[in-house]
Formats: sequence, C-alpha cells, structure tokens
Amino acid sequence: MKEDFRPQQDEIKERRDSISVKGGQKKQLKCDTHSVSGCVSQRACVYCGARVVLNPVTDAVHLVHGPIGCASYTWDIRGSLTSGSSLYRNSFSTDLQEEDIIFGGEKKLASAIDELVAKHNPKLVLVYSTCIVGVIGDDLDAVCKAAAARHGIEVIPVQSSGFIGNKAAGYRAACDVLLRLSLPQTANPLPKQQYTINYLGDFNLAGEAWMIKNYLAEIGIKINVVFTGDSSYETLQKASATSLNIIQCAGSMTILAEQMEKRFQIPYMNVSFLGMEDTAESLRKIAAFFENKEFNKNTERLIAREEAKVGHVIESAKQLFAGKKAAIYVGGGFKAISLIKQFREIGIDVVMVGTQTGRKDEYDTIGELVNEGTVVLDDANPSELEKFMTEKGAHLLVGGVKERPLAYKLGIAFIDHNHDRKHPLSGYTGAVNFAREVESTLCSPVWKYAKEGPHHG
Amino acid sequence: MAKNTSENPCKMCMPMGGILAFKGVANAMVMLHGAQGCATYMRRHIAEHFNEPVDVASSSLNEKGTVFGGDENLKSGIENMMRLYRPEMVGVLTTCLAETIGEDIDRITSEFLIEKNLDGFPLVPVPTPGYGDSHFIGFFYTTRKIVEKLAIKTSPTKKINLIIPNISPADIREIKRIMNLFALDYTLLPDFSDTLDAPFSRPFKKIPGGGTPVDQIAAMPGARATIQFGVTVEEGLTAGAYLRDKFGVPLYNVPTPVGIECTDQFLQLLSEISDVPVPQQLQQERGRLVDAMVDAHKITYQGRAAVFGEPENVYVLARACHEMGTTPVVVATGSKANKLKELLQLYLPADTDTAILTGADFSTIQEFALEKEANIALGNSDGKVLTEKSSIPLIRVGFPVHDRKGGQRILTVGYAGALNLLDLVTNTLLEQKLSRYRQSMYDSFYRQNT
Ligand code: SF4
Repeated sequence: MKEDFRPQQDEIKERRDSISVKGGQKKQLKCDTHSVSGCVSQRACVYCGARVVLNPVTDAVHLVHGPIGCASYTWDIRGSLTSGSSLYRNSFSTDLQEEDIIFGGEKKLASAIDELVAKHNPKLVLVYSTCIVGVIGDDLDAVCKAAAARHGIEVIPVQSSGFIGNKAAGYRAACDVLLRLSLPQTANPLPKQQYTINYLGDFNLAGEAWMIKNYLAEIGIKINVVFTGDSSYETLQKASATSLNIIQCAGSMTILAEQMEKRFQIPYMNVSFLGMEDTAESLRKIAAFFENKEFNKNTERLIAREEAKVGHVIESAKQLFAGKKAAIYVGGGFKAISLIKQFREIGIDVVMVGTQTGRKDEYDTIGELVNEGTVVLDDANPSELEKFMTEKGAHLLVGGVKERPLAYKLGIAFIDHNHDRKHPLSGYTGAVNFAREVESTLCSPVWKYAKEGPHHG
Repeated sequence: MAKNTSENPCKMCMPMGGILAFKGVANAMVMLHGAQGCATYMRRHIAEHFNEPVDVASSSLNEKGTVFGGDENLKSGIENMMRLYRPEMVGVLTTCLAETIGEDIDRITSEFLIEKNLDGFPLVPVPTPGYGDSHFIGFFYTTRKIVEKLAIKTSPTKKINLIIPNISPADIREIKRIMNLFALDYTLLPDFSDTLDAPFSRPFKKIPGGGTPVDQIAAMPGARATIQFGVTVEEGLTAGAYLRDKFGVPLYNVPTPVGIECTDQFLQLLSEISDVPVPQQLQQERGRLVDAMVDAHKITYQGRAAVFGEPENVYVLARACHEMGTTPVVVATGSKANKLKELLQLYLPADTDTAILTGADFSTIQEFALEKEANIALGNSDGKVLTEKSSIPLIRVGFPVHDRKGGQRILTVGYAGALNLLDLVTNTLLEQKLSRYRQSMYDSFYRQNT
C-alpha cells in the first residue's frame, strides 16, 4: 500500500472554498452546491426537506412511495404537536420490492392510496417520491390525479426524489404543495381577514407556534394559518385570506412567501423568536406593520412584562457564562444568525458557525455579526467540526442529533436544536429554556471527570 | 390479505444492517453509494441508539451521476474518505438508487484500487439494495461478504469463530466474557462492542478503537469451528456457511444465547468443542437465574407478550418469555424470515395461542396484540405506538432504541441477560398491576353494586 496516498492532513481540496475565517483574506463562501463525495456531510436529502416541512400537516396521510428505509427513518421525525388529528404521526409507505422496481410501482401506489383512504378517510393524501421512483419512471402525477378523481379528495404528489439536489430542493417541493393547497377553491379571491397573519416556518415543535399565537393575540393580531405547525387541510385552504406573512424558518419558507406575495398580494417579513432580542424586535415589527397605536402599546406592555419576568434569569446566566465560547452547526442560515445573537445575549462568543443549507446573503450577515477569527463553513463534516472546535477552543456546540455524540466525545457541552426536541426554544419561555439548557450542559460536573476535555479547568 | 401499504414499519433497509456489520471491523470506514440522504438518515438512527458519533460517507450521487453512472463520484468519494480517515479497511454499500441504475461496484472498486496503486487494500463492496430485504439480512450478508473478501486459507489454529447477529455492545461483551471464562481463543465478527460504545478517552480518534482486526478475519478459515447465532436466516447468506463450504470449517448454527435454554445450548456447545466443563462461575449464575425465576414465576405467568423486531432476536426473546411462563401471544418481524414460524412451533406448545407474523408492520402487530390481549411488549422503540395507542407497556430491547438512553447497554444474552430480562418483565407486569388494581376492582365490583 502506498502511504503517500493518504497524507497526514485532514483537508479535502474541494472543500476549501466552503470554509472562511473572518478577517482572513476576503472571499465569497461557496454554498448551495452538492455535497462533496466521501466527505461525510451532515446533510440530508430532497425527500427529507419536503418531509420535515410537510409532516406537521396533521390530518394528511403522508405516504412515502419508495423502499421501506426512507419511511422508516423519518417516522414521527418531528416534535410537532397537534391540536387535532394525529394521523401525521404514522409512517405510510408503499414498501417497494424488487419486482416493483422491475415492473414499476404505479399499481401498488394506486392500491396503497385506495387502502389508506378506505381505512383513514383523510381529506388529503400527500405522496412523496423517493430516489428510485424518479429512476423507475412511475408517473406520480397521473396516479395521484386518478386517485383524487376516484375518491373525491386531494391527492398531491410531492416531487422529492433524493438525488435531484439537496434539502433545499425538498423545501421547494414542499412549498409547491403548500401553495397549491392555498389556492382558493373558488374563482374569486378570499376576502382578507383584518388583523390576521400567516406564520410561516414554525413547525410547532413543543408547542412553539401556540406560544407565538398567544403573544400575537395579546397584541390584537390573529394567526390565520401556521405553515405547517399544527395545520390541517382546511386551515391551509384559508391561507390566502390574510394581510401579512411572517417567516421564522427562512430557508424553507421564503419561496412560498414570495409566491404568495405574487399571487395574493400578501407582503412578507422575516421574524425570529429565538432569544429575547429577536423576539422583541419581531413583535414590534409585526405590530408596526398594522399601523395601529393600540397594537404598539400592547406590544410594549407585553415586552416589558415578559422581560421583567425573565430578564434576571438571562442576566445571571450571563455572569455564569462569562468567557465561554460557542460553536454553531445547524440546518439553515437564518437560525444560525438568531443563535449568534442569542448567545451574545447570554454573554457567550461564537467562534465557529456552520449550516447545512445556508444561502449567500445569510452567510454575509453571519460574516458581519461574528468577531474576527470566527470560522464560517458551509456543509461541514465531522472532521471539520472537530478540527475547528478544537482549534478555536469551543466550550459548547449547538446542533442536531448527529452532532451531539461528536461534541460529547470531544468533551464539549451541547445544545439540541433539532426537529425532535421536546422543549420550546422560542419566545421568552424559550429564552429561559435556552439559558437553562446552556447552564445544564456547560456547568455540569461531568466535565470534571472527562478530565482532558478541551475546556477543562 | 395482501397489503399494498406498510403502516408504521417494523424493519429498516439493507444498507443499515451493512453499516453495523462494517462498524464491527477494526479501523474500518464505510461508504454508501447513493444519494446523500440515505447515509445521513442511517447515521442519525444509529447515533441515537448507540449515543456515539457514527461516521458514514456517501458518494452523494446527484442527477448527473444518476444519468451517466456514478464511477467518478464513487472513486473520488472513496479517495476523499481515505484521506480524511485513513482507514485500514473500506466497505462500500449500495443503496436503492445505485442498484436501480445498475452500478457495478465490484468493477468500480477494483478499478479504483488499480488506478490508485492500492492493490491488496481490503476494500469490500456489498450490494445492499434497500428494497432487497430488511436491515436484518443486510447485516448477515455484509458479514459474509467481509469474510469472502478477506478470508484466506490458513493453517489450523485452536481458535473458534463466532458470528453474531445485531446484538448490543453489552451483549457482545457478555459473549466475550463467557469465552474468556472457558479460556477459549476466538474471533468474533462483527465486534462493535467498542466501536459503537467507546469509552471516553483522549485523544479523540476519528475511528474509534476496537473491532475485529482484519488479519484475524483473514485467519478465520483456520479455526476449528464456527459458532454462528443465526438460525432464522437463510444459511446461504451467512459467513458461517461460506467458511464451511469453502474451507471446511465445521459450522454450528445455534440460536443467540438469550434465555435459559439457548444459553444452556451455547455453553454446552462450547464445552463440547473445547472439552472443558462449564465453568463454576457460569453454573452459579444459572442457579441464581433459576432462583429468580422461581421468585417471579407467578407474576411472569400473567404476562401475555407481543414480541417484535429482527427475526433472530424475536425468536429467542419469544422462547425466553415462554420459559419464564409469559405467553408470547404475538411474535412479529418486518423481515421476510420464512424459517421463523417453523422454528418457533417446535418450542411453543401446540395449544399456545400465538400469532407468528412475518413481513409485518406495526398496524398489523397492534391489531393482533389487541386481539390477543397482550399486556406487555418487548421490542425496539418503534413499538412505542403500542403504548401510545393501546396502553401496552413496552420493554425496550433490540434495535433501534432511540427514545431512551442506553440502547447500547441493554443486556439480553447469557444467564446475566436472562436475569435482566426476567426482572424487566416481572417488574413491568407488577407495575401494571399495582398501579391499576384499586381502580379496576372498584370499577368491576363496587360500581356494579350501585
Ligand atoms: S430505502 Fe433505499 S433510498 Fe431509502 S434510505 Fe434505504 S437505501 Fe436509501
């Protein structure tokens, strides 16, 4: 075996442009590309992007047309809560077999839809395509159309073949479906309900959408539809009858907001309810949109009251965390931006920021926000995370399920910011939860025993 | 009733099993040839069960590769992965996508080795179409492929080969302890007891220590016998059968030593092969187990269990339940497992009212569990639907356990494992009874009077 083939270096040339250091030579971070083969990307696929966005549609049959694995690994994938149907918590699959791959799976799909409709009587069936469905050439559109006619319900294909792009392509596929569901059933546009908004990109993890709904109600604003946290076929159909779209998860929902602006003349704005600073700013922005003095007053009252309630928790956290450094590796750029601010709020500097699907403008904002020397990287892999967290002396990583064990093995504290968390991180409650979670991991006695952990001492 | 829908799957796909098998080889890395998602999902699933970093590379096949072939993707991927991790062995598994577009990974990987001047480097390609069969088969088949690729004719040794199914790291450690008590020399494959349950240590290693060393796998043909825990799998798919057919290594295909009888059988076999009596310590453990079974028997007799998961595990778990007096009323697997029924019927009395389900999903399992009035379930975390929807308490065993911590530490093998299972079953049944009997007596008698 030739040793020179495997040099003592952990760098892959093709990855160079996806990593930058603030203050280093100016360059544009490369993003929104395919993952480099063999680099152990933390990214998921198109199907995953579509599935996570659409899954909180609670009363739909979510049918995965494909082999079993895809359905198995995404069963009940989110911590999204429901106030109605629980149908979305099941995992339906056509479980394609060898012979279906050879002869095509259309018949099986049609029968599967029939079976599910008979058993569950849904108003909406979403049929997700997986990698091989595109390859074996099943005509999803035709099968769904025929099934819809047969049963008199909506049967909508989600074009989410895994290999046609990355997670962001799945977001687009999901938004296509949501837009289709939002189109008014009648020729006339739905009358706009006054003082209502749609809330885009909140998946009601641990009831977060409900919390925001309560805040807005206090101000005098009603939520029309949440896309897609705790949403249903009927609520989605009323989506066009509103005056404003606010977007929390920009990565997944901006496309939909743009479309809705074009078709229904609904303006949109980005908001974030992660951390006190962003929460207050977002509430003010929303209230200001309606140009109603009462709303502004209510907003200020709410903010003052909540800040008084939780401010001291955040303050004392700040004392406790002085000098600590955090690393961020999350799905979208917008979330990363919020997290940088939220860490600042509790007195923690961010030394590394990465995302799976961040966009150029988001990386620009990140670049402006962070301190000199901070490493920014797109579509990172475990080797890079390890390298930069160690080099930069991070005490804490915030990320998803796959990142957690890595952090722990490095002796680094960890915060979960994934789909299936069971505690809210939004709003004022979330700000406190966040601070407490940081404390629980940063200040745990466990690191004393993990002796040579990087932040020991 | 042929269903066209799987409603809440009780299985995963073939490459998942393949990854686990490769993780049991020392300094190995594995790559999935296919779209990025498969690898990410499987990593997430495995990481949640074992609470360990699980690095699996993907060739990140995209549209171009799908249309024109993935040669370049796969080759550059393996090269990148080798640069990053410097593994001593590389496994390549296909996914649905790669299989459907007809990727010839044998050809591509051997070309790669020639082009890179890496002749002789252990690179093991395994076809694992996700639609082929379940992760259970993927595990056994990959283990066989590893042996096929690495094993070479060796002069006879005193060693014993142990081929294991997907059991927990704690289970693997228990098997090793037993082998050591017999003072036996052995090669256990795949051994992920350390790689997927690594101690906290410094410095951090990208590929965790442990695993079956490649040279030991190479020497497996020299062993005096192979013991394989895989009675429910088609023999032709197994490494044990390969070693027997190709090198004449005698094969003892026995059930995984879960429960008292299967453990007896395993120890008996070791004793015969090695001509060493069952060590005192193990006999004592057996005695303690029987003592505990006596203590618990009236409670366990009230159990009606739904057992589900991988065929090999459910087979022995069902027998273990039966031994402690708990009736396995539903025994189910999502895999095809044609042999399961026949095998189980040998052990369950003819009048036992057991539904044995293969190719099942959880909606079917649930139906039968309710019909047969199961009051306890044993299986992986996905069975939580039985608790959520039907209030049947679930003892988490098998893979994956992703909604609790410590999946990697669940011990079921040997007398120690049997004792652990016994306690879990007994106390779950007790808890059920004690938390309810006041209300249920009140409901059934008092209310009737008024
Ligand atoms: S079923 Fe096929 S496409 Fe789905 S995750 Fe498994 S290998 Fe990938």
